[in-house]
Amino acid sequence: MTETTKTPDTPGTPSADAVIAPDRQGLIPLPAAAARALTLVGGIATVASTFLAWTWTADFPGDLTVYGYPGGLQWLTLVGGALVALFALAGYGVRGLGWLAPAGPTGPAVLTALGALGVTWYTVIAIAVELGGLVNLEPGGYVAAVASLTTVIGAFGLPAGADETRRAKEAFTAYLKAHGRSRLRLAIAGVKFLNAYIGKPDHIAAPQTVPGWLQRLAVTAVTMAGLGIFSYGIDIPSEEGETFIGYLVVIVFAVWALHTAGLLDRFSRLVAAHRGFALAMGFVAAILFPFTQTDDHYANIGVNILIFGTVALGLNIVVGLAGLLDLGYVAFLGVGAYTAALVSGSEFSKFSGVQFPFWAAALTGAAASLVFGVLIGAPTLRLRGDYLAIVTLGFGEIFRIAVNNMDGVSGPDITNGPNGIPSIPDLSFFGFNFGTAHDLGGFTIGRFANYYLLMVLIMAIVVLVYTRAADSRIGRSWIAIREDETAATAMGINGFRVKLIAFALGATLAGLAGTVSAHVTYSVVPNPYQFAGAAPPNSAFLLAAVVLGGMGTVAGPLLGAALLYLLPEKLVFLQDKSLLAFGVALILLMRFRPEGIIANRRRQLEFHETGQLDVPQQTTLTDEPAVTKAGA
Amino acid sequence: MTTPVLEARDVTMRFGGLTAVRSVDFTVNSGEIVGLIGPNGAGKTTFFNCLTGLYVPTEGTVSYQGKVLPPKPHLVTKAGVARTFQNIRLFANMTVLENVLVGRHTRTKEGLWSALLRGPGFKKAERASEERAMELLEFIGLAHKRDHLARNLPYGEQRKLEIARALASEPGLLLLDEPTAGMNPQETRATEELVFAIRDQGIAVLVIEHDMRFIFNLCDRVAVLVQGEKLVEGTSEVVQADERVVAAYLGEPFEGEPADDTGTAATAEETDTADETDAAPAPPETPAAGEDTGPDTAEPDGTGPQSTASTKGDTP
Repeated sequence: MTETTKTPDTPGTPSADAVIAPDRQGLIPLPAAAARALTLVGGIATVASTFLAWTWTADFPGDLTVYGYPGGLQWLTLVGGALVALFALAGYGVRGLGWLAPAGPTGPAVLTALGALGVTWYTVIAIAVELGGLVNLEPGGYVAAVASLTTVIGAFGLPAGADETRRAKEAFTAYLKAHGRSRLRLAIAGVKFLNAYIGKPDHIAAPQTVPGWLQRLAVTAVTMAGLGIFSYGIDIPSEEGETFIGYLVVIVFAVWALHTAGLLDRFSRLVAAHRGFALAMGFVAAILFPFTQTDDHYANIGVNILIFGTVALGLNIVVGLAGLLDLGYVAFLGVGAYTAALVSGSEFSKFSGVQFPFWAAALTGAAASLVFGVLIGAPTLRLRGDYLAIVTLGFGEIFRIAVNNMDGVSGPDITNGPNGIPSIPDLSFFGFNFGTAHDLGGFTIGRFANYYLLMVLIMAIVVLVYTRAADSRIGRSWIAIREDETAATAMGINGFRVKLIAFALGATLAGLAGTVSAHVTYSVVPNPYQFAGAAPPNSAFLLAAVVLGGMGTVAGPLLGAALLYLLPEKLVFLQDKSLLAFGVALILLMRFRPEGIIANRRRQLEFHETGQLDVPQQTTLTDEPAVTKAGA
Repeated sequence: MTTPVLEARDVTMRFGGLTAVRSVDFTVNSGEIVGLIGPNGAGKTTFFNCLTGLYVPTEGTVSYQGKVLPPKPHLVTKAGVARTFQNIRLFANMTVLENVLVGRHTRTKEGLWSALLRGPGFKKAERASEERAMELLEFIGLAHKRDHLARNLPYGEQRKLEIARALASEPGLLLLDEPTAGMNPQETRATEELVFAIRDQGIAVLVIEHDMRFIFNLCDRVAVLVQGEKLVEGTSEVVQADERVVAAYLGEPFEGEPADDTGTAATAEETDTADETDAAPAPPETPAAGEDTGPDTAEPDGTGPQSTASTKGDTP
């Protein structure tokens, strides 16, 4: 997943080879049959253990005290165990499960086993630490720990290619020899080892042709599963930080396993074949999200993620396509929000008599951002690189400080200074009041869910603008400017003009999102629109969402925004250390996957010198296939 | 009957106290391949940059088809002068086709709105651009690699792609900055053919090169730049025979050297023989090329005004 230690010499259909070839052996020297049995039994035992009580008191979050019913972290263990069992069964060649692992079941089995081990042992250790000692473990906890360990032993005994095993050991020792030993180095070496051990073949055999309706059904099923998984994550209460960590562990290992199994490749092929359908399904899933929620609080998280993600996508035009490092981007969100607040009819607004309908307010906000974008861009865009970054950083701060001072004392009376503009009235479309809950076919759609649905619409517009702009003459000239400005101007591109368009377009989209955010939060104050802070959105987080998710893609910034919003929200126990953890995570990601979680085809080639000539199937500028995942 | 395409009048470029180019007069006629040579640091590339608007000349003017070129690179390209770079400057992370499409920038005018609305005009223009780009890729023989990233192409193909990208802007004059640098003899030979083919399309070509064999085979006229000043200009024989050129490359014999005459003769002979082996086919070829330009000029003359007309049409 991270490194490109692929194994080109592995045959295209290793699943059959891996089952049959007798001389192949895993890392742990076990007979293949025994290893397979061990993995299967371990997986089933892990699943079974979740029906036992793991601890005696409900003090540990998630209530793990009940016999006969899993709860909290046990659910996650159950999922991990079930996945291992599935891949183990696929290893037996059970009919109907062959599709699970087109690239061979060993790698996925190892990874899911590690995931199950991770979440189980994490739970057991957390119980012991938080409740004060191993005495707090019920027998079920021990059973789970032993079962998951058995699974891992079995999985490492599964037949792997002799080459992979040797190469993995070499990679491990070579790294340690070159860099010395420390805990971090050991971890890195471990990742390298795993990468080599489970090495996924470059080319996965093409699937048999399935009827079109079945392919669409598969896309639908995956999208809905994504929606379910995403909703589950959002619904984990903030007090249960442990459960959220377990959730992340299972997700990371499961996605890695699916990648190794070759299923992700197949899925992206499916999506590429049914692009429009997949995009539509993504939006359907996004629209369905509030209907899966019982508490409007979670819809609030959803709408904030959408606002954050939409702004990040706007920034992606500026940073990802045109290559302009803008460190003051959040100011445009602020301009949009303040403009919408001023014309919202709030009694604290300077123009309290004015109340624009939303469409007019949205256009005004976007237009105001556009004007600011041009005003800031026109003098600064003649600069290149670092200079531009410093100047935009300055302008971003100027916005916040100016708004802070326009209170009638230090400056003109426009924005109420630090008090901001409170009590912004709710929107109303043709008598549909966004402020109250509505019943829709038995589902209650609360205030935040209303705004969530509005934001889905706005995000759809922004996605459309992004993809269309990127795949056109103007989009090509942005990328050309990013690649080599001198050459681009020599090809007849008016660099300044084209960059100004990118800057202004990005600003407009951020302003549009800002108009909604003003109504969602009831009030606008200057403070959130700063360069860096503990909570999104601020310029640093926006930039991080783009870089972490994957520059130049549609799904990347949305996924990055979701992660960056959810992590501080769910891991409250980190408190003031959350920024530190965030920094460490960012460094690790940049070390192992510099192109971001969702890689643009271009970027991936840029950072990982594979040396092979790529012959892509289509020549779009963005990776649309993954939209569904983030849209879900 | 030749008409001047590019006229540089009295171009001087100073960087502070250093005069890199000093009052150079220079003309490229339609249907001509002109070479610009000179020792390292003679100011060839600086002169090039003055022509293409990357530098604003301290004094003098550059005009294309009778109109003074504005000192902005993108406007120069729009007017009809395209260039390549000494060190390849492709858009490394764009595909081969996209690179050429970027070259089409000045000849298309779909802005952001039409990209967002995707009307029939937009699709038509995109399709037309793509067709034209594919024609160019066929022309340089890279059509089969249209979806490869430019960075993955071998060196020689990158050079070719850069030329195709420049041709995509439908220039009347193509400036090539050391097109054969780092190439082996076969590739140089192929580039020669390519330049002739470009000339046959009615595009005038100005080449900077260090490879003398290449220059003297190729060019109808050669100008020599030494220390920022134009030393000689003329056919390859004239330039090769000029003692000052030889001196500029090999150094002058110092005064009072005992074997003064023989020394110079020896050096001159040496270069002559060296060049003669190079330029052995050149003398018969040069007049032929000169004759060629005669009938050829009819076409460039025809296309010349056309391309100006299209430029005019684009501006409003």
